[in-house]
Amino acid sequence: MKITNEVAKQIKKDFPIFSHNLGLVYLDNAATSQRPTSVINTVKNFSEKDNANIGRGIYTLAEKAMKRYDQARKVIADFIHAEQDEIIFTRNTTESINLLAYTISEIIPKGKNEIIITEMEHHSNLVPWQELCKRNGWKLNFVKVNPDFTLNIEDFKKKLTDKIAIVSVAYASNVLGTVNPVKEMVKLAKEKGAITIIDAAQAIQHIPVDVKSLDCDFLAFSSHKMLGPNGIGILYGKKQLLEKLPPFNFGGGMIEFVKFDSATWTKLPEKFEAGTQNIAEAIGLAEAIDYTKKIGLDNIKEWEAYLLKYALKRLNEVPGIKIYHPNTGESIPVISFTLGSIHPHDISEILNEKKIAVRAGHCCAMPLMSIINAKNGVCRASLAFYNTLEDIDALVDSLKEAQEKFK
Amino acid sequence: MAHENVDDMYREEILELYKSPSNFGELKNPSHKHTSHNSICGDEITVEMNVKAGKIDDIKFSGSGCVVSMVSSSLLTDKIKGMPISQVKNMKGEEALDLLKTKLTPSRMKCALLSFEAVKGALK
Repeated sequence: MKITNEVAKQIKKDFPIFSHNLGLVYLDNAATSQRPTSVINTVKNFSEKDNANIGRGIYTLAEKAMKRYDQARKVIADFIHAEQDEIIFTRNTTESINLLAYTISEIIPKGKNEIIITEMEHHSNLVPWQELCKRNGWKLNFVKVNPDFTLNIEDFKKKLTDKIAIVSVAYASNVLGTVNPVKEMVKLAKEKGAITIIDAAQAIQHIPVDVKSLDCDFLAFSSHKMLGPNGIGILYGKKQLLEKLPPFNFGGGMIEFVKFDSATWTKLPEKFEAGTQNIAEAIGLAEAIDYTKKIGLDNIKEWEAYLLKYALKRLNEVPGIKIYHPNTGESIPVISFTLGSIHPHDISEILNEKKIAVRAGHCCAMPLMSIINAKNGVCRASLAFYNTLEDIDALVDSLKEAQEKFK
Repeated sequence: MAHENVDDMYREEILELYKSPSNFGELKNPSHKHTSHNSICGDEITVEMNVKAGKIDDIKFSGSGCVVSMVSSSLLTDKIKGMPISQVKNMKGEEALDLLKTKLTPSRMKCALLSFEAVKGALK
């Protein structure tokens, strides 16, 4: 069903957080999304009815738990057009990227000793590579961000040499909302023989993601930003590469055979899933995807585009506001802004008085803040499809009031 | 949500102090200096002081921050100027927080204590 403002108000009723926090204007969806009743109940029901450890028990309950876990993996695989054994469960995007940063050196050909990321990366797609470069004595390159908050593709082409081992890039920026031309970047990177990684943490809830079409080697995202529970993340990897990668965590569940002095590893995807997993949460993520599919990602995209346009128009009415969002190309409904010299913390505190939740600060992208000249960070309003026009109006009204206070 | 004190925090006298804080600036040759960072927002406050005969003879702070960090820096530096460093060293965080005369939400405590940490760091 097409989402309108009235429909969005109805959709909000699927999310219990709003009935428990009356008047809450939740605009921090890029930090974490809220959960629909169906997801909350799925996790609860699993604990009540089906809980057992997976991959170990021979008894009925354990087999049922295993089946549900496998089905969850299938739902997630289908959602991004991957094969089931190409989906690795992790804790979150950060862990997915760390898994790669700690294992990937072994599949990099000799002579390749540089990595490319961008200036707009979240710390989770920056610090792991910084550390890998330190360990290996490699060089980390950053693709420049244009003054209009888009990515400088010419700069990417210039930095993309035969020495590049890895290109790891955000599908969408958690600060600017910019959607990067990842498909084109993957294609260019492959011509130079680089491994390609996409951080889809901010894209997965807004844009249909198709790993086959993108042709990337790896892609990472988190459950909690796409209506799912905490503690579950995904690492997608092309099968032939996952097979070549050494395991990251060692222990139970990932072995084939163990002797006192050595061990061999089991097949994919269990090779990367040592120890007892977040089973209920994985099943909860599958339910979040089912819920999203019921609403329809195309409907979500259309409503969010409308909300974004409305929000940008209304925010521009606020005197002295500076908005850090691209005017051209595709973007997600994430709007960072500053208001004159008022510190983002103060704005956020004043908004909180009106039960408006926004992010304030550097948004885990400290280096980017210096590029866009936001020394004290920014305020960030990030939207989801359950947001309404009234949510935006409340934000704009309160910003005008905040400005009055500081006059 | 604890937001009943917001109006209190953004009351006029506080905002006036925010616009023109005491002891804002730098010292030429400070005997003690320290910078503290708030990892939540990336703010930093540098405190510089001259200690003479065991007392804080002069003190300045610099950096940029929110109302809470700027005003608490202003109030704290005013309070400890002229104080024996032994007394400053024994000062508790609560005393620094009390200077604001307003109840803070947990996430703003860090802002309010930024200059206090810088002072402690400088005297270490």
